[in-house]
Amino acid sequence: MTNEELKAKLSELLPSATYEESGQPIAVGWLNVNIDHKDWLYFANSLRNHAQLNFDYLFCLTCVDWKTHLTMVYHLESTQYRHTIVVRSKLDRTLPQIESVSNIWRTADFHEREVYELFGVNFLNHPDLRLLILPDGWEGRNPLRKDFEDPVNMIKL
Amino acid sequence: MDVKPDIPNDPFPGEVHPSPSGGILVTAIDDVINWARSNSLWPLVFGTSCCAIEMMSTASAKYDWSRFGFEVARATPRQADVIIIAGTIVNKMAPVLKRLYDQMADPKYVIAMGACATSGGPFFYNTYSVVKGADHVIPVDVYIAGCPPRPEALLHALISLQRKIKMGLTREQIRSENKVELK
Repeated sequence: MTNEELKAKLSELLPSATYEESGQPIAVGWLNVNIDHKDWLYFANSLRNHAQLNFDYLFCLTCVDWKTHLTMVYHLESTQYRHTIVVRSKLDRTLPQIESVSNIWRTADFHEREVYELFGVNFLNHPDLRLLILPDGWEGRNPLRKDFEDPVNMIKL
Repeated sequence: MDVKPDIPNDPFPGEVHPSPSGGILVTAIDDVINWARSNSLWPLVFGTSCCAIEMMSTASAKYDWSRFGFEVARATPRQADVIIIAGTIVNKMAPVLKRLYDQMADPKYVIAMGACATSGGPFFYNTYSVVKGADHVIPVDVYIAGCPPRPEALLHALISLQRKIKMGLTREQIRSENKVELK
């Protein structure tokens, strides 16, 4: 499916979605979709199960701290149709919450745990939300947040 | 091209007095032991990041550290003499490194390879996870600059370590000997 066809199909599924017109993923040729985080579980299910979309491959799940808000970023591809989209969703920085997609794409399980420890995003209905790599006792301190401070281990420049 | 005479850099520590039935060797036993040790150092297979790639390159055909007596890389600390800290040591890795060092049999030697192992290097500032120099965890005998150092630099460090061993006990060995005497 071309990006224009994808866009039409996605607008049918979720009329409130908006589309980014510039930026890195556009230059690569990927359609960039912005959605509200409350729509994510429904939207993710439709992307995965829709016969003509069939996004069966979540190849990147990450988060960006913009200081004013957080953005969850999901890169999806269909191994059947070879089309790719980027889904982004703004989260509140003080209480970041979004539905887990680990039962739609199994790989999301570990990636969400990583985002949980590094950014402090709470993934609702995640089967096993605990630290992935950081040592025990790091809950609540999120190293990839822009305002992260660690006076014991960190020498500030 | 001139053919240079083969003068060994560090000659054998002792004098050979020829005699009709062979010869008599006059030397100090410590010197001979150190000479023997220095020419058969078994490194531990241990690498934590990109320096390990250079270390593997040093071990393989092009640079071939077996020319200097390092060919028997061991996958267990109990059989290794020298540990080359090839890469970044993070706080979570530090206890593992300490345990590996403790499991090595005496005499044991440590080479800190590259900027990370020496001082934290590129991760010195603004990092919460990196140990700022592996010598915070275990004593280091030879440091190598570079990020990562070239194989020639690692070979130079290994040869420097050999010379250090031939010169006598390392600081750590002297310290542990004194401890025994105090008891």
